[in-house]
Amino acid sequence: MADIYRLFIGLIAVLCAASLVAGILTWRSSKPASSTLVNLNARIRAWWVMVAAISLAFVFGRSGVIILFMLVSFAALREYVTLTHTRRSDHWVLIGMFLIVIPLQYYLVWTNWYGLYSIFIPVYCFLAMPALAALWGDTSRFLERISEQQWGLMLSVYCISHVPALVTLDIPGNEGRGLLLIAFLIATVQGSDVLQYIFGKLFGRNRISPNVSPSKTWEGLIGGIGSASLLGASLFWLTPFSSIEAGVLAGIACIMGFLGGLVASAIKRDRGVKDWGHMIEGHGGMLDRTDSLIFAAPVFFHIVRYAWT
Amino acid sequence: MLNVDYKPLMQSLAGACLAGLARAITGVIPIWLGTKPSRNQRIYFANHASHGDFILLASCLQPEERARTRAVAGADYWRSNRIRRFMAEDLLRTVLVERNGVERTQDPLDVMLKALDDGQSLIFFPEGTRNMSEEPLLRFRSGLYNLAIARPGVELVPCWIENMSRVLPKGMFLPVPLLCRVIFGAPIAVEPGEDRTLFLHRARQALLDLKPTNGAGR
Repeated sequence: MADIYRLFIGLIAVLCAASLVAGILTWRSSKPASSTLVNLNARIRAWWVMVAAISLAFVFGRSGVIILFMLVSFAALREYVTLTHTRRSDHWVLIGMFLIVIPLQYYLVWTNWYGLYSIFIPVYCFLAMPALAALWGDTSRFLERISEQQWGLMLSVYCISHVPALVTLDIPGNEGRGLLLIAFLIATVQGSDVLQYIFGKLFGRNRISPNVSPSKTWEGLIGGIGSASLLGASLFWLTPFSSIEAGVLAGIACIMGFLGGLVASAIKRDRGVKDWGHMIEGHGGMLDRTDSLIFAAPVFFHIVRYAWT
Repeated sequence: MLNVDYKPLMQSLAGACLAGLARAITGVIPIWLGTKPSRNQRIYFANHASHGDFILLASCLQPEERARTRAVAGADYWRSNRIRRFMAEDLLRTVLVERNGVERTQDPLDVMLKALDDGQSLIFFPEGTRNMSEEPLLRFRSGLYNLAIARPGVELVPCWIENMSRVLPKGMFLPVPLLCRVIFGAPIAVEPGEDRTLFLHRARQALLDLKPTNGAGR
């Protein structure tokens, strides 16, 4: 497990550097500090908290990671459902989503029952939720209500649960190193978010989809994903992959992550909000931070599962 | 024999537990839009659609303010059985007022004024009952005006409670976790020469103005 210490020492070094730079910038800037700088400081503080939470989960191994992501799913689903149209007649379906579906999905991941956790939400919940809603008898905005909730479960629970599911993959020669695979995915995808932001601020000119997100530019995308792929390749020692394989997988995960961010922006735009929530200062809500991971995790999981096990 | 009064301890413990629970379920944050937390004696008046409303509002107050703030609730409902009575009177320290004008033995105004004269702040729902309609806010009953006239030194703070009716609708006992906010507006007061109807209309509008316009529920 020496590799995991190397990774966390590296992360702490990066965060220390970021805190130092931001501190110097704040100290030298005119008072009061600009909103970009205030936001940057809040983001760095939140990063410290996130790294601490992930480290704590890693201390407890597989169970720790599963509990951590169960809480992430809870926070994400809560933010999502808040923005949907719910009616009084949805009450028990909604409670079931939080009290039954989330724990059961993560329990299935914990027991490594791949055959069930990969279809529990897309098949059984998909059929059960509209059936319950129909039995209840409220047909008002029926299609809209059931599809919104189904979507919420897929994004916030099903997709996110594929991050801890990486621990359960039996990759020959990688025994006991499942946590490192999770660290690899999170580091590259979150790194790509930061790098896209930096490249976009420095070189951003041509917007990809101005209607959806004015801050996403081709320059940011190409620079961010290119550099995040290099980051992934340089982290190959965490994984069972060669450096080229690690770079390609990181690139795919980051492209998925970009698409996840774009879809999340479209939903927020549709609902007329800027952030999903107010949970993490400087970052908005849980979904603002995990939107890229949501799209990246299942694809990364299935490529690795198909090609390496 | 030691005769320890366990009630205040039980009440502050219940208050702290409920506030913690409300925060864990709803992630509630206060938005101090028109005012700041203060030591001034206040009447927080808010929209009402759920039993969770006053717990949510109280959880947004600072601990000392929460300790001296009591919610006003209907005696006909909360005295109707022993469990409710225990919760309202012993656990939550609510100020129970009799809403039914014909049968009542105590004037509701007197009961509320007594609490104010004891130095307590109140959480007050001027609609008089839980709003089950599609309207965002019902017509205000005259209680708020009577309180304002009787104790002009107490600040009247409008508080918009967002989403609690979706978390815990009427008749349900298990809450759905959804994000909530409580938006505190600027205090209002009865202006010289302002009559009851005019003041109640203005108070209602002050509360409605706090209602966010984006898609995050009602």
